[in-house]
Amino acid sequence: MEKVDVRGLSCPMPVLKTKKVIDSGAKEILVVGTSQVSKENVTKLARSHGYEVIMKVDQKDSWEMELRK
Amino acid sequence: MDRSKWFILATGLIIGAIAAVLVKLGNPPNMGFCIACFERDIAGALGLHRAALVQYMRPEIIGIVLGAMLTSLFAGEFKARGGSATFVRFVMGIFMMIGALVFLGCPLRDVLRMAGGDYNAVVGFIGFVCGVATGVFFLKRGFNLGRSEYSHSNAGGFILPVIFLIFLFFLVKGVVFNPDAGGPLFFSAEGPGSKFAPLGISLVAGLVVGFLAQRTRLCLSGGIRDFILIRDNYLLLGFLGIFIGALILNIAFGFFKPGFADQPIAHTMSVWNFLGLYLVGLTATLLGGCPLRQLILSGEGDMDAAAVVFGMIVGAAFAHNFMFAASPQGVGIYGQIACIVGILVMFWLGFSFREE
Repeated sequence: MEKVDVRGLSCPMPVLKTKKVIDSGAKEILVVGTSQVSKENVTKLARSHGYEVIMKVDQKDSWEMELRK
Repeated sequence: MDRSKWFILATGLIIGAIAAVLVKLGNPPNMGFCIACFERDIAGALGLHRAALVQYMRPEIIGIVLGAMLTSLFAGEFKARGGSATFVRFVMGIFMMIGALVFLGCPLRDVLRMAGGDYNAVVGFIGFVCGVATGVFFLKRGFNLGRSEYSHSNAGGFILPVIFLIFLFFLVKGVVFNPDAGGPLFFSAEGPGSKFAPLGISLVAGLVVGFLAQRTRLCLSGGIRDFILIRDNYLLLGFLGIFIGALILNIAFGFFKPGFADQPIAHTMSVWNFLGLYLVGLTATLLGGCPLRQLILSGEGDMDAAAVVFGMIVGAAFAHNFMFAASPQGVGIYGQIACIVGILVMFWLGFSFREE
């Protein structure tokens, strides 16, 4: 599984970094981040690319999600 | 269209409508809201520059910061954070303000000016889009100002909102430290700084916008950026809503006057309207948000965004003290040089802060 670390990154870096891995054709991606905004944006991006989003950790200041296709 | 998109469209409509109403109630024409102009007025109110026409402690700005703070506290999103090239962001804030004052408005006022029929604002808008596109060019090549860290204490996140709260206290109480020279706050006797809606209404308007913009993540540079980058039109809908909301009420109030000439608090030097907002669009994209978004973030505890806000206030002082700021007569030679220097500095930063 590919891992993307977007902790502490400002817009639109979390989306860009995740998109890079999505574009490489990865089927399973683990994304870890901090802000709610990046969580919303990465979720939106993943869903628009046909990934299933599974929240592993979902706290106000830290989250982890698995993206599966 | 899903619910969140309707919500941000409605947010835009409300903000546009509030802006037109604020003009009706006394704010300068096509300036119901202008983050750059209002921060510039605040710089004047604090005596940081001596442009007598643009001095007022704008309650809208205070309201936006406090509205975003209260909303993020209730939503559990308030968190002190910082440390992502803070001083670089401060300097970028200075240049973002210089760009805005060469054009005479931030991206938000650009939309409001377009909704008032000001064709010069369309030229500025094209410059803004090009600036954002240039920022995206750098982002795609790995531009990154670095990660911010959550602070172990939330205290730092309250500093900027508390400073604005103190300014509000000075304004409401009419505090005077120096009866001869005036101060701590200075006020314009004429010009745009002397035009303002009633204090309470301006403050509430700011609080409402702070709440809505915090919830929807409204960002004008982000709207264009996301559309270019990932063909996502969510934030762009907010942009569109502001335009339509302001346009409808501007027509209703008789404020809509299409044309290039004789537009309020605007000039007709197209090259500089274009380049001024080009600089703002580029800088905002590298910073991750437009001047409005920086205010919202600073209310949420983002100390890097707070550095941008104060960079913009200091930038306004430079802009007026050093004759960079435009006037309705146009942009002087020093403003033209400062704008070009700003663009060159952003290109240098854009290349220098590449990760790979």
